[in-house]
Amino acid sequence: MIRFNRDVRRRIKDRVMVVLALVCVALALIPLGSILFTVIVRGSSVINVDFFTQIQPTPCSPTPGVVCPQGGIANAIIGTFLLLGLSSAIGIPLGLLAGIYLAEYGRGPLVFAVRFFADVMTGLPSIVMGLFIFAAFQLLFPGFVFSAIAGSLALAVIVVPFVARTSEESLRLVPGSIREAALALGVPKYRVTLRVVLSSAREGIVTGALLAMARIGGETAPLIMTALGNSFVSTRLDQPIQAMPLVIFNFATSPYANWNALAWGTALLLVLIMLGLSIAARLLLRRRFRERRIGA
Amino acid sequence: MTSKLAADKVSAWYGTKKAIEDISIEFEEHSTSAIIGPSGCGKSTLIRCLNRLHETVPKARVEGHVLLDGKDVYEDDPVAVRRRVGMVFQKANPFPTMSVYDNVAAALRLNGVRDRKALDGVVKRSLEKAALWDEVKDSLGKPGVSLSGGQQQRLCIARALAPEPEVLLMDEPCSALDPIATAKIEDLIFDLKKDYTVVIVTHNMQQAARVAETTAFMYLGHLIEVGATRELFERPKETLTESYITGRFG
Amino acid sequence: MAFPFRRGARRARLHPTGSSWGDTLFRAGSGAAGVAVLALLGLIAIVLTVNAAPSLRTFGLGFLVSGEWNPVTNQFGALPFIYGTLLTSALALLLGVPVSLGIAIFVSELAPPSIRIPLTYVVELLAAVPSVVYGLWGIYVLVPLLAGYVAPALQGSLGFLPVFQGTIYGTNLFTAGVILAIMIIPTVSAVTRDALTAVPQNQREAALSLGATRWESIRIGVLSYARSGIFGAVMLGLGRAFGETMAVTMVIGNRNAISVSWFAPAQTLSSLIANNIREALGTDLYLGAVVELGLVLMLVALLINVFARLMVWRFLGTTEGLE
Repeated sequence: MIRFNRDVRRRIKDRVMVVLALVCVALALIPLGSILFTVIVRGSSVINVDFFTQIQPTPCSPTPGVVCPQGGIANAIIGTFLLLGLSSAIGIPLGLLAGIYLAEYGRGPLVFAVRFFADVMTGLPSIVMGLFIFAAFQLLFPGFVFSAIAGSLALAVIVVPFVARTSEESLRLVPGSIREAALALGVPKYRVTLRVVLSSAREGIVTGALLAMARIGGETAPLIMTALGNSFVSTRLDQPIQAMPLVIFNFATSPYANWNALAWGTALLLVLIMLGLSIAARLLLRRRFRERRIGA
Repeated sequence: MTSKLAADKVSAWYGTKKAIEDISIEFEEHSTSAIIGPSGCGKSTLIRCLNRLHETVPKARVEGHVLLDGKDVYEDDPVAVRRRVGMVFQKANPFPTMSVYDNVAAALRLNGVRDRKALDGVVKRSLEKAALWDEVKDSLGKPGVSLSGGQQQRLCIARALAPEPEVLLMDEPCSALDPIATAKIEDLIFDLKKDYTVVIVTHNMQQAARVAETTAFMYLGHLIEVGATRELFERPKETLTESYITGRFG
Repeated sequence: MAFPFRRGARRARLHPTGSSWGDTLFRAGSGAAGVAVLALLGLIAIVLTVNAAPSLRTFGLGFLVSGEWNPVTNQFGALPFIYGTLLTSALALLLGVPVSLGIAIFVSELAPPSIRIPLTYVVELLAAVPSVVYGLWGIYVLVPLLAGYVAPALQGSLGFLPVFQGTIYGTNLFTAGVILAIMIIPTVSAVTRDALTAVPQNQREAALSLGATRWESIRIGVLSYARSGIFGAVMLGLGRAFGETMAVTMVIGNRNAISVSWFAPAQTLSSLIANNIREALGTDLYLGAVVELGLVLMLVALLINVFARLMVWRFLGTTEGLE
């Protein structure tokens, strides 16, 4: 009968553990739901034409007889896209090239070291990358510490190791037989890589690039010490520039009602962009896997 | 003697493992030669040395000479050599992101040919030679990987023929195909030798007997015997050859 | 037939053509990009050290153990921020790791296949939310919730512990720990899930065939097998919590001193840098001290990540060999 009792206890324990695992899932979903809900509810009230076309208003809290201007974040939207575009233009090709090196010429201790430390670098705090560019500009171009180019470089430093690893992984999924078939046609190896291997791995590479952009689009810490922020529309690379994450940070902690509201609106827009990038990346990845199954 | 392609004392390694040792063999122009032997005997390695594909494997190494029209291919540019010596692989491997047309045109395009008319001509001619034209002429824009297994393999043959090689190496081209597709490819090989020097690796002795004038038998990295196909199968000189073709091992 | 016999000439390309030049160039170019990644890491360390030099020279190792941070008197010590970083990270692991493990177990072992992938995506959405949005949500939702309900409850039940005593501030160290716990969940649960799915099926079956219940087979067959992978996942989570900046900066209260109470404002290495770097510009010693905090942050994060990657790589590497 002792055995019987033990069995009952074991079965109860089994049930309890299943329930606990479910509770854990719920515990993760509650904050996610709460964040999305709050951002949507509080942010949607300021999403209108002004939001996209105006720049930030004078700070104001409503008092009897005073109507606060809502304003918008046109300067931040332009700034964010400029920073994203420039850092991607610098970081993605460089990362892709490094990924090609890892996947196509990948042997020996040097390659191992590059791969390992690229992995390690993807785990380094983004504020360190910002501080690095801040400090480097401080040494080399002290006049341009707070500029769009410094901000872009700080974000590019985050992109390079990430894209290097994701593109390496996708290139490795291309079967060796494809490379051999192209080589056997009498095509130089670099053209095999550029024209055949890269195109076979294109979904994976694009996915990696999208995820990299999703990663840097919401970055704030590196921008505080590089792009700095700008109350006006600017597209000059040598001048400070506004970005959506900076708007959220600066306006969320301010005491003014109209600025707080803009922070929520910006958060909504930023979350939508980031989720859109992540979801696009996922869908691409799924398509690639489905295609591979049919091909096999 | 006018051999198109010859190996002279060729040895090849994977890392420290020796895959083939001291192999000398000649292949006649406009003929089909078969290389047979049990798996792992080095027959694939041997033909991969002939178009310098062996050296693309990490840590692989080749010694000896391979002479194409009397000139050592190991003193030439490997890319130029591979343009003259085409290859078809064990498993059909069309380029996954390319259409039927693009697959066949790949060798020329990748080497910078852009003239659409010239490409059209080459694609049609190559597909005809590979006996695939009639089946795909209306679906040239479809992905190459959407064809059936046998069609894919003939597509790969057409792709290999497009740069107009002089020699065609085939590494067990039918091993992944059903009997009907295999018969088609064998017919094709028979026709191809009018224009090309064909070297085919196969583990299927009947196939060698059907398509090749000359057959070579390899065992454990050594070339045991070469001879006219009938001769080799009916009156083998070596006891090893005899035990293999009578099915005592392998 | 007699062939010329020149063994030495085998591997040399005697007639380099245009194509081999292209190969050489491309190989060199991509190699340079690869090496650049490596060089970047070294460069970061060097540039930060050069900028931190004034502080390194003035305070030496005492910087790490001094609790005084006063720009007015030019006294700088990192201890309060090291303390804040370590404690918030520890809290994040304490709260976040069990939840992450539960999610990973549910997704890889218990969930019906049809909801596995959607659930994975949803949890990963937590990683797609920008840090600064966590901060915004933290200020307006988490801070009132914790300060209004959770903290008083903890004080009521566990008030005998010094860490739960004292005035409850809105923005405090405890809130920062909670928000970090949420933020490390996607990382820890994703890497743990990879480790669990890498466990060969026969491990589960072996345990089940001994008469183990499902939970027992997970514990014996899966969790113990994947333990080094899970440990790596936890270390990666630690790395994330350690350097996380914005959300913490927005909810921790930013006070440059050590308090016993978890309900008092504090400061971490990264939040101090984010708050003070612009103010410090122009004063060599002050700026050097802030950058030195960044150097400390980088070196410790580097160590954590090297260790974590080694664990994860070793684990995933060994199972590849077994399968």
